[in-house]
This record gives sequence, C-alpha cells and structure tokens, in this order.
Amino acid sequence: MAFRWTNDLTRADVTPERLFLNRRQILGGLAAGGIAGGLGLRAEAQEALEPNTWEEITSYNNYYEFGTGKDDPARYADSLVTSPWSVTIDGLVDRPGDYGFAQIMEAMTVEERIYRFRCVEAWSMVVPWNGFELADLLEMAGVQTGARYVAFQTANRPDQMPGLARPVLDWPYVEGLRLDEALHPLTLMATGIYDRPIPNQNGAPLRLVVPWKYGFKSIKSIVRITLTEDEPPTSWNKANAREYGFYSNVNPEVDHPRWSQATERRIGGGLFARRQPTLMFNGYDEVAGLYEGMDLTENF
Amino acid sequence: MTALIDRFNGAARRVPTWPLYILCAIPGFWFFYLGLTGGLGVEPIKALEHKLGELALQFLIAGLAVTPLRRHLGVNLLKFRRMLGLVAFFYVLTHLLVWLLLDVQIVSQIWADILKRPYITVGMAGFVLLLPLALTSNNWSVRKLGPKWRQLHKLAYVAVLLGAIHFVMLVKGFQIEPYLYLAAILTLLALRIRPARRKVAI
Repeated sequence: MAFRWTNDLTRADVTPERLFLNRRQILGGLAAGGIAGGLGLRAEAQEALEPNTWEEITSYNNYYEFGTGKDDPARYADSLVTSPWSVTIDGLVDRPGDYGFAQIMEAMTVEERIYRFRCVEAWSMVVPWNGFELADLLEMAGVQTGARYVAFQTANRPDQMPGLARPVLDWPYVEGLRLDEALHPLTLMATGIYDRPIPNQNGAPLRLVVPWKYGFKSIKSIVRITLTEDEPPTSWNKANAREYGFYSNVNPEVDHPRWSQATERRIGGGLFARRQPTLMFNGYDEVAGLYEGMDLTENF
Repeated sequence: MTALIDRFNGAARRVPTWPLYILCAIPGFWFFYLGLTGGLGVEPIKALEHKLGELALQFLIAGLAVTPLRRHLGVNLLKFRRMLGLVAFFYVLTHLLVWLLLDVQIVSQIWADILKRPYITVGMAGFVLLLPLALTSNNWSVRKLGPKWRQLHKLAYVAVLLGAIHFVMLVKGFQIEPYLYLAAILTLLALRIRPARRKVAI
C-alpha cells in the first residue's frame, strides 16, 4: 500500500538540497516579474513546502528523554543504542511478536514524504522524511476485527536516556491513534530524513509521523505497538488533560490554554522571522472526513 | 571570618557603581548579538526571550539577597542594591519587548494573551509593579517621597514572587528549574521576617 499519498511536489523535482537558495532567488524573480498567473500560484505552493535544512531539523528537537532544552537531544541522544532494535507488536493482531528492525525494513517500501511539521508550541518546520506507511506495518502483523485504537511506546532506557531521571512526564512516553487515523495514507513510520538514516535526536531508528496533528503525537524511537479496543492513555494528556487532548489535531481555532494556536513561526527565519497563519489540520484537509460529525473543540 | 567580611566590605566600598551598570547589562547585548548571528540556535526568538527572562529573575534575586546578607552575615552590599534593581528592570523590560515585538508581533493577539493567559497576566502584573519602582530609583525620589519610598519599594517582594510564579506556570510538564527560583525567592523573603522584638532598645 505504499505510495498511496503523493506530495504536490517531491524534492527530487525541484529542490535539490544545495539549490534551495538559487531557487528562492529564481522564484523571487518570477514573483517580481509577475510571469504567468498559474505558474505564480504553483510557485507559491512550492515555496511553502521548501524543506528546512538538515541542521535545523536535527538541532531543534523536543525529546524529553534527553532533556527539556531544545538542544539537549542533539547533545545527548548519541547514547541511545539503536541497533539491534525490535518493535513488539501485540494486542489484537494475528501475528503478535518482536519484529526486528531489519526484518521490518526488508518488508516495507520506503518512500519520501515532505510534510509540514507543527509543534504544539507554535513553531513549525518542513521535513523531508523517508519512511513507510504505518498501515503496511500493521498489515504485517494482521489487525484483528475488534481493534479500534493503536497504542505506541517509546524506548525506556534510563542508562541511555539521561532525561528519564527527571519526572517531567510519567515515563515511558506513550501515544495513541484511532485505528482509522493509523491506517490513513498520510500516517508514516519515518526511518530517514534527507535520505539519511534518521538521527537519534529525531527518533531513531523509527518514529511515527502524523502530519495533521501536533508534533508530540508523532512518538519517537518506538519499541511497542499495541492494537487495543479502548482508547489508550497518552503521555501529555496524562500530564495535563486540560491542555493536551487525545486527538490533538492542528487547529488554529482551538487555542492551547496558555498560548494561541492561530499562528506559527517557521524555524529558520532568524531573529526577525514573521509569524504565519496556522492551517486547519496543518493544511492536510484530506483527513477532515475522519472527524465528520465530531465537535473538534470538545475533542481537541 | 569577621575579619574577612570586614575586608570584603572595605573593598566593596571602594568599587564605583556606575561601571557595574554597563557590566551587568552586557549579557543582554551579548545574547542579542548571538541571536542575530546564529549563536542561539535555529529559533533565536524564544531563546533570547528565555535568556532575558532568566537574567531578570537572577538580578531580582540578587537584589533581594542584599538585606539578608547584611543582616545575617554582615556583608554590606547596600550601595549596589539600586544598581541590581535597575539592571533587573532592564532585563524585565527587554524580555517584555522581545515577547511583544519579535515573538507575538500581532497587537490583537498581545492583548488577548495578556487578558486570557494567566501566566502572561501574572508576568505583566509583575512588570507593572516594577515600573514605579524603577521610576523612583533615584536620589531625588527618595528625598521627595521620604518614608513613603520604603513602603512603595516593598512592592518589589510581590513583583519578584510574580516573576517566579510566571516561570513556574509557563513550563511544560514537571520541571525543577522554576521551582528552584521560587524556593530561592521564598527563602530570601522568609529571612526578612524579624521575630517580634521583646527587648526595646535604648
């Protein structure tokens, strides 16, 4: 079921990494010259999805298992041993067991997905992930009827994760999705960035990416996936249910109690970066159907 | 020990205050420079905001420490207290300006935040309380206000507490650092409470 979703553009089409700057100048020139109406719109869409640099993506992370500072993960995550690695898939599945990382990779088709990434803290990036659809991994284990939710768990290794010594959250980090969300073609298990293996601070060796939800839903360094009948507990919701709901869909209309979610700041704009409007579902309108008839203010 | 403290007090008396204003403000300008040149990481706005806020709290705490140090250890830094307070205010003000101009940017959102977000309401209240204190931190005001000056400047205790509570309220999850600031402030305030005097002097 790979390739069920395609970017409007892929990086290969238009944005070789070292040409970003050139392209920006070219687009600037196009816009200034007002060349061809249709082209102008397309150019704007391309501009919006221009990925952040490797340095930006890998130096500004929230991964509290390595500390609460944004640069802590880049500094300390080297200590996490990611090979060998296996993911326990259990619960309501036909073939429960430990799935080795190599075994998984052999069975999966890895593709590139350039996604917007919106943190609940009102900053955002665009990340060129490499990965496979979660749906494919779940199919490998065989989802049983009766399963309605998917629970995820991050590695819990105090000897390799210094942040676990502090009770910032109730460790281990856990997350969850409704099964239909988990099976949506946008939902990705990322194993790489910029065609390189995903660095530890970004959730090596494999992490979830749900681009229409706030970043904390996209749980890192997954060791366990459990299919359940009931809604599983999720870490931030346990820590503060008033501020972090189970769904946590990106929604400019529903503010975090402590800050507005109407706008966001793209990382990489420097000290004078402007804010930009946040888009409903982070711009991924194709997921709206999943929530038809639901009050998204109640189910935030 | 007493000899050491006396020597320290003697040395402190000879230190002029005005260069310290410049010296203590340098970190603020340094962090701004770092923010401009990439030294604060890929999201320099939040980083600068947080650095200035922390510096503000640190100088507020330093100012709060002057009286207990004198009373309990005999270390006399009284002549630096105005400087510490004004430098703290400089950091509170620049912290606020970074939040207004670089972080939130949008006027309607700024108002909404001040009214709707308790941690911002608390922080703003702290700033508003410090404003008259900064404006009256000069010899003319001390003379003019007389005993009322002392009364007025007790507002600092409330403002500092609000600053620490602002920090406690804004972090995500349970983090120890803001509680350390709060504990330091509560300790310094507690050290000011004099036991009721039994003996009447003179």
